[in-house]
Amino acid sequence: MDFSTILKTVGILAAVSAGLSVIISIAESVLNNYGECELDVNNGKRLLKVKGGSSLLSLLASEKIFIPSACGGKATCGLCKVAVLDGGGPLLLTEEPYISQEERAQHMRLSCQVKVKGNMKLLIPEDLFNIREFVCELVEMEDMTYDIKRLRMKLPPGQTIEFKAGQFVQFYSKPYGKVKEEAFRAYSISSKASEKDHIELLIRLVPNGIVTNYVHTALNVGDAVKMSGPYGDFYLRGNCEELIMIAGGSGLAPIRSLVYDVIEKGLPHRMRFFFGANTLRDLYYMDEFRQIEKDYPQFTFIPCLAFPKPEDNWDGVSGFVTVALQEQVDSAQGKEAYLCGSPGMLDACIKILHDKGFDDQAIFFDKF
Amino acid sequence: MAPNISPLIIFIASIFTSNMILNNFLGMCSYLSVSTEYKTATGLGMAVTLVLVLTTAINWLVYTFIIVPPELYYLQYIIFIMVIAALVQILEMGMDRYMPDLHAKLGIFLPLITVNCAILGVTLFMVIRHYNFIQSVLFSLGSGLGWWLAINMLAAIREKLASAKLPPGVKGPALSFIITGIMAMAFIGFSGIFTIQ
Repeated sequence: MDFSTILKTVGILAAVSAGLSVIISIAESVLNNYGECELDVNNGKRLLKVKGGSSLLSLLASEKIFIPSACGGKATCGLCKVAVLDGGGPLLLTEEPYISQEERAQHMRLSCQVKVKGNMKLLIPEDLFNIREFVCELVEMEDMTYDIKRLRMKLPPGQTIEFKAGQFVQFYSKPYGKVKEEAFRAYSISSKASEKDHIELLIRLVPNGIVTNYVHTALNVGDAVKMSGPYGDFYLRGNCEELIMIAGGSGLAPIRSLVYDVIEKGLPHRMRFFFGANTLRDLYYMDEFRQIEKDYPQFTFIPCLAFPKPEDNWDGVSGFVTVALQEQVDSAQGKEAYLCGSPGMLDACIKILHDKGFDDQAIFFDKF
Repeated sequence: MAPNISPLIIFIASIFTSNMILNNFLGMCSYLSVSTEYKTATGLGMAVTLVLVLTTAINWLVYTFIIVPPELYYLQYIIFIMVIAALVQILEMGMDRYMPDLHAKLGIFLPLITVNCAILGVTLFMVIRHYNFIQSVLFSLGSGLGWWLAINMLAAIREKLASAKLPPGVKGPALSFIITGIMAMAFIGFSGIFTIQ
């Protein structure tokens, strides 16, 4: 093979790929240029001017409206739903599995799949406008048990957080030790919803957990911590007379916030709180819940120890929380159930609730 | 070789006697994976047909005017593949803009077509068999329709079978292969009409 053949080969190939590249670039700039588009959010409450051609999710994020998304726009988590009243085009095959018939009637779409090609009319839950990022100062840190810490954080001066009792925040860890990257995990807020300038979280040490190890080993009082929120649909509905609350371990956090919410708002609901733990050393906030029980007859506290030790001198319920639930809850009549804990515990409890006649509309849970 | 075959015969033969799937077993991956639902299979069949006709026509021009004159036959694969990829990309953007309804139906299948072996197969057959432009276009149209026919048949059968009681061992891909084999045997019945290879 002589040099000129190589030259010819390279030349032709380069020319063809250059030609194709030019054609694609031109096609992209002509075909994918949708100019400036106007997004009308919630019937004219907000008008956003954006450059079309990208996904609705990313364009809203660039306008500081954070739609929850766990998969990063791959249409696999189904979280980024918003109602597109006009300008969204037909429902895509990628969206179909995530949008129920009911949601179709409400024009719900996955915002990561909808491309902005013109003016659109959107309905976005007002709650999502509340989602913000906070850099707080850690003002208190206390061991509640041998593996659960209570963190109390103060929001920057002048800033407040509006959340419904039961919701959670994303808590960011900084690089520490061998961990070179920032990470975030979701934690339920355990403090009162009425206290808008502080946030309290209960964080249990998870073996090899990046963020929980950061909290338990690297974090100090006085440090700045980043959070975003509030998120989640675990909050009080209250279309009932009695609330059955069930938690295990750090699942106590959102329940504590819910109990205070009902009491502070003077709501009439009776509350029974089943709190499951293994041994006495896993129980915490005992005095506080006993005191609430004394002050407010509407509230009953039922701690359950699965494996009480002889030296614990335990005179409460012995056995899993499911046993107490089975014995003490007679029917589903006039009740709603709120559960937070490990998947194993929750599944077992939900099964019992179903057997008792609770339907899914009356069971609210937060699994971790 | 037979450059004198009537384009019409090539067209009919490429649907029935030289079917891309049932005779050549090309384009099997998307044929097997996107044939669970009749509706989506129709969408993919349509897209494959469209891309086949366009890429074959353009590749014929590229082959005749760019590859043949400098006698760079060994560059044909890489150039054909680049042309196919570029065309699918542009087609997707164009469809998104001007035919959003059709794009919504095909959207996720279009990129898959880039690596569908039936597309490259048709282009290479056209080169090997020395087809002229009209022959190539009708050959690609027939091949596309034949591919579409095959995937629609399989999808229709699989939709029926979804509610049938089947022995557990044959469920899923195994049964798809068996069905495809039986359909291929049935298509041998067409081979008496005429053949193009």
